[in-house]
Amino acid sequence: MQPIVSINNLSKVYSSGHQALTDITLDIQPGEILALLGPNGAGKTTLISTICGIVSATSGSVQVDGHDIVSDYRHTRSMIGLVPQELTLGAFEKVFNTLAFSRGLHGKQPNRQYLEQLLKDLSLWDKRDSTLMSLSGGMKRRVLIGKALSHEPRVLFLDEPTAGVDVELRKDMWKLINRLRESGVTIILTTHYIEEAEEIADRVGIINNGKLLLVEDKTDLMQKLGSKKLSIELREPLNTIPDSLNKYDLLLSDNGLTLNYQYDTRSTRTGITALMKDINNAGLILRDIHTSQSTLEDIFVNLVADQS
Amino acid sequence: MNWQAIRVIYTAEMLRTWNTLLQSIASPVISTCLYFVVFGSAIGSRIQSVEDVSYGVFIVPGLIMLSLLTQSISNASFGIYFPKFTGTIYEILSAPLSFFEVVLGYVGAAATKSLIIGTIILITASFFVDLQIKHPFWMIAFLLLTCITFSLFGFIIGIWADNFEKLQLIPLLVITPLVFLGGSFYSIDMLPPLWQKISLFNPVLYLISGFRWSFFEVHDVSVGVSLLSILCFLGICLAIVWWMFKTGYKLRQ
Repeated sequence: MQPIVSINNLSKVYSSGHQALTDITLDIQPGEILALLGPNGAGKTTLISTICGIVSATSGSVQVDGHDIVSDYRHTRSMIGLVPQELTLGAFEKVFNTLAFSRGLHGKQPNRQYLEQLLKDLSLWDKRDSTLMSLSGGMKRRVLIGKALSHEPRVLFLDEPTAGVDVELRKDMWKLINRLRESGVTIILTTHYIEEAEEIADRVGIINNGKLLLVEDKTDLMQKLGSKKLSIELREPLNTIPDSLNKYDLLLSDNGLTLNYQYDTRSTRTGITALMKDINNAGLILRDIHTSQSTLEDIFVNLVADQS
Repeated sequence: MNWQAIRVIYTAEMLRTWNTLLQSIASPVISTCLYFVVFGSAIGSRIQSVEDVSYGVFIVPGLIMLSLLTQSISNASFGIYFPKFTGTIYEILSAPLSFFEVVLGYVGAAATKSLIIGTIILITASFFVDLQIKHPFWMIAFLLLTCITFSLFGFIIGIWADNFEKLQLIPLLVITPLVFLGGSFYSIDMLPPLWQKISLFNPVLYLISGFRWSFFEVHDVSVGVSLLSILCFLGICLAIVWWMFKTGYKLRQ
């Protein structure tokens, strides 16, 4: 399948000399949700801004739907919707008018019905005649999404769409993003919230210092890089771990009631059977056992820390 | 051609004018009326006619030019500077638009506003003095060319400026003195020979002279030179805007 967005060896050096992107190569498939994770200043916004035409690339190329973003910018930009990170909105325009303005900028004929439905989907229909400056932060965020969707884009870039919004609105946005994906829109979002990527993304890209460290299917990534933790709860507390269990690098909890064992899900032998046997031989009586998977956050923190 | 985009930019800019009607239209009209009262009636009545044209009538083209130039620059520069200031310029930069379409929208709206103001001032002037236009076609041509050219110039200032102070710098320190010294209220024949020669380096003189000719057939420099100079300035402004969009100067990082 031809990727909807194809980034090839993209680099960006700002006039200040700051290298914001280094040799980024990435294919984004139609209809997927790709989450780009990275700390502040990692290059996420520069990457999005370059694809959308706000920032000029220093080298490399980007194709959207097989068309170059520079030589065929009319085609590529008409397919793209962008929700910026900042609440960049005018002050005196009315909600409905600002959406109609954005739709017109992309060369689309006015379509009152479509915009009405869009405002209803974003719970903004009641505010259609309100001025932008009278809206709350959450509503402004929704207006920005409405503006980005006003011209019916096939690719939607969301630059930290849920930054600074409350939990309820964040969940509403996740629902909206899923609905958009169901309608065939490809979504690329940047986020600080690992929980967000974990919840809605199909693939996850991790970017740091302008370099794309990895792009993986979310589930594969968690299985591939994620270690599992086996927690063994004891009936009686221990002061020290018995010598016979030293080879397992167990960690004893402060209260002495839990032994934690870290193991790799990718290896053929996890060591669990031998551990259980040795625990039994050491005369320890178990109260409970449970396992937990590493979160995306753990993976992210480890990767970024490794690179640093 | 993205006609829809041109339409929405133009409409949004014009809407801004209607929303601030007093500031956009009434204010320049009131100041022009004051000029008529001071220069036309109070001082003008003591000045003899200039080349057989009474002083009150003589200053009309200069007064219209004064408003056209300042309004064209201020409308166009603010129109593009404000989205830069608020950050909403990202929409323009990420839309499927060529530089020419952006210019048509913003400059077209700024020129329209100036044209409206110029027409209102002309009508207002006719209440103060007995006004006759000898070459109405050329009068309209000069009016249109001036509105478009100086709106383009204002657009350049709006892109160049990165704060409100810079936005006001050129209109206040360059344009206003040039208009006042470009024969708005006098013919350069009234100046000593040295100052006549110096005045010829003032580009605004050529605009006012051509425009005044269309009213009374009175001019400081030939009409052809006036027309050519404004067309040259138009070409230069277009080339600069094209270059700004091509290189992303003060627009794209």
